[in-house]
Amino acid sequence: MIAEFGFGILVVSLIVTVYSGIAAVYGVLNKSAGLVESARRAQLLTFPLLTLSSIVLIYLLTNNRFEVSFVYEVTSRSMPTYLQVTAWWGGQAGSLLFWSWLLAVFTSAVTLRKWDRDIEFLPWVIVVSAITLAFFLGMIVFFENPFTRFWLVDGNVVPSMFAPSATATVFTPQDGQGLNPLLRHPGMIIHPPMLYLGFVAYVVPFAFAIAALITGRTDDRWTRITRRWSLWAWLFLTLGLVLGGRWAYDVLGWGGYWGWDPVEIAAFMPWLTGTALLHSTMIQEKRGMLKHWNMILVILTYALVVFGTFLTRSGVLSSVHSFANSPIGPFFMGFVTLTLVSSIALLIKRWPELQSENEMKSMLSREALFLLNNLLFMSILVICFWGVIYPLISELFTGQKVTVGPPYYERATGPLFAGLLFLMAVAPLSAWGHSTLQTLGRAIWKSTLAAAVVTIFLTITYTQNIYALVGFFLVALVLFTTGHEFWRGASARQKSQGENFFAALTRLMGRNRRRYGGYIIHISMALMAIGILGIEIFQKETQGTLAEGESLNIANYTVTYRELASWNSPGEGVNYTRSVVDIYENGVYLGQLAPRIDYYYDAEQNMTIPGQRSTFRDDLYILLVDWQPVSSIGATFKIYVNPLVNWLWIGSIVFLFGIIFAAWPEKDPAEVSVRRKSARDNRQASAAD
Amino acid sequence: MKINKFFMGGALILAGVVYLIASSTQANAEYFMTVDELIADGDNAYGKSLRLSGAVIGDTVQYDPETLTLTFEIAHVTGDNKEIERQGGLALVLFQAVNDPTRQRVKIQYVGPKPDLLRSEAQAIVTGKLNEDGVFIAEELLLKCPTRYDEAVPEQAASN
Repeated sequence: MIAEFGFGILVVSLIVTVYSGIAAVYGVLNKSAGLVESARRAQLLTFPLLTLSSIVLIYLLTNNRFEVSFVYEVTSRSMPTYLQVTAWWGGQAGSLLFWSWLLAVFTSAVTLRKWDRDIEFLPWVIVVSAITLAFFLGMIVFFENPFTRFWLVDGNVVPSMFAPSATATVFTPQDGQGLNPLLRHPGMIIHPPMLYLGFVAYVVPFAFAIAALITGRTDDRWTRITRRWSLWAWLFLTLGLVLGGRWAYDVLGWGGYWGWDPVEIAAFMPWLTGTALLHSTMIQEKRGMLKHWNMILVILTYALVVFGTFLTRSGVLSSVHSFANSPIGPFFMGFVTLTLVSSIALLIKRWPELQSENEMKSMLSREALFLLNNLLFMSILVICFWGVIYPLISELFTGQKVTVGPPYYERATGPLFAGLLFLMAVAPLSAWGHSTLQTLGRAIWKSTLAAAVVTIFLTITYTQNIYALVGFFLVALVLFTTGHEFWRGASARQKSQGENFFAALTRLMGRNRRRYGGYIIHISMALMAIGILGIEIFQKETQGTLAEGESLNIANYTVTYRELASWNSPGEGVNYTRSVVDIYENGVYLGQLAPRIDYYYDAEQNMTIPGQRSTFRDDLYILLVDWQPVSSIGATFKIYVNPLVNWLWIGSIVFLFGIIFAAWPEKDPAEVSVRRKSARDNRQASAAD
Repeated sequence: MKINKFFMGGALILAGVVYLIASSTQANAEYFMTVDELIADGDNAYGKSLRLSGAVIGDTVQYDPETLTLTFEIAHVTGDNKEIERQGGLALVLFQAVNDPTRQRVKIQYVGPKPDLLRSEAQAIVTGKLNEDGVFIAEELLLKCPTRYDEAVPEQAASN
């Protein structure tokens, strides 16, 4: 009964969504404000409806209602309640519902904003969100219904929403299959929702962009309204990517965090266009340029988001992320194609109205360097896209399926990432409109010198690897130029306002959140680059089988095998095998680590949990590979030393700070100036007394 | 003149990116092959970067924890996904491959930890090169166990 209820609400949501889209179009074409308002209310209604439907699904998940096939697939009795709740996004049908629910949350938030000046956008924003939501709800209702149940028909088990025949009875399995043990991890609980938050939030800028194209109000209003949305979307997308990397590092047990897996790339591609968009909308706002380009970027981002949602759950590409084949593939491709074609058609129609207000004059001006940055991001996108579709292309043209692995991506994107680092150092120093080599040189020579000194120091003390040194030089250059920018701004303010240095710095940053938030993000990217360079270039590994008391040496570390214990935990359905090793660095005892293997009975699968010791200099990462249970003569270990990788995670925390700083709501400028004026009036009034 | 300047710059970058893509693709291409194709390729297959897939034969799995050397044989499975669907899904195709003694097989050697998912009737996707002795030296080993997670309909015996 309750499953039918959940499904019923989904159907109602779909109808309401379709209505809101149609009512908005009719309303705006017939200039009926009432109809548009009705569309807006229908849109608002989707939020409580989908919330209710989601609650029903969570109820089924947490109450072991295995007659529902989705519940059967993603949970089991041995799973703790919090994992049963998060199993909501543990499979395709549930993820689609989760996606739709997030979209309902965001579009409701958007429709509740103050629309006074932008009322002509409203109906079209509703239309775009309604089309998107209707598509996803349609996929759920017709193909990937999370409320489908099992039925017993003539001795066969058949999945179906409603009784397939009059004599059919509901069939309830004793227990579910349970979530893949690899996914029963805190990182996996927050990684997918973060990614989805990022994905879904990009629908909002897209909706406004399309509204701008349809209404012909093609100034920078749409970018200004959606600036914060883009920032938050970008924040969640980045966090989702980083958390996914951290999860892989902690759980997958291959000593890495990023494998250029097609699904990782699918989530990375909208990040690339989103990052490019973040930069190029600034040029539109400051200089009235690149308007076509911004439209193309926002359209691409939206298409890649839908494409990414589809790829991450569909099993089209073989990958660690995909768990099942699905019938919805062609519909997703159709939807992506349709939105791309119609958006581009709209853009072409408005093409003449989106002319630049300024002309790009100098190759070294800020806008030219921003354009270059966009080109680099797009190039990386093309490289990624090519890598993902290459097997299909090669099969089509040569009949031979050829694939490219991680070395392809590393080799092809490496120089471009280096170029981005260089731009991060240089672009903030260039001026809008016009810069010359002399002005840029004057601004950057001190930082360059300092970075060169650091690089020479590293050459003597740390490494002679040329790629690493180029990388470290660029990182140092970014850190010095960005640091110098903070110092320069604050000391100028210190002189002019007579404040102390820290007060000047905080006020300066507070007044220019976007600029200094951006700089903090640049710093975080440079820190992340340190970690990536470290693990990519300097990772060391060794392996061996040890008897108790024997040791393995790697870098400066000595790892000594102490003991091993194996026990069952029937309540969790897991067998634990835990080894203990002593760690020494240059002969000095540091402590113990406990790498282990967890064996899940229900899934018949091992999970290899590394023993890790992290410092700023390197990570010691030890995997228990195998052991001899009876005689317990030995255990086999694989050991990695991952230099500097911690900076990747430190960088991501700095990143988080930077983006929250940039996106934090500023006081409305009008309001601030009014208040200042009234304060001044008060002062004058009191002075007159 | 101005337009030329930017046009030239853009063209240079474009050329650079095209070169990066082309050369990196060239240098890192791995040819997808099935066991039958590999054997049919004969001497041509030596030294090429290959990505080979097949069904793991459980009885042949040997692991030496001293040297971390893993060897096993894989049996031919078609590389065409549609064909696999037509024959009743990956799980069934793998089962048939393992239990069909007439299928061609290739011996795989891999050095490293024994993967958690290695078992009979798993699909192995190995990346590496064929050596002179006809043994495939794998640098990377991916495994898929289709029976595990897409058993959409439970066994009826599970009830009552």
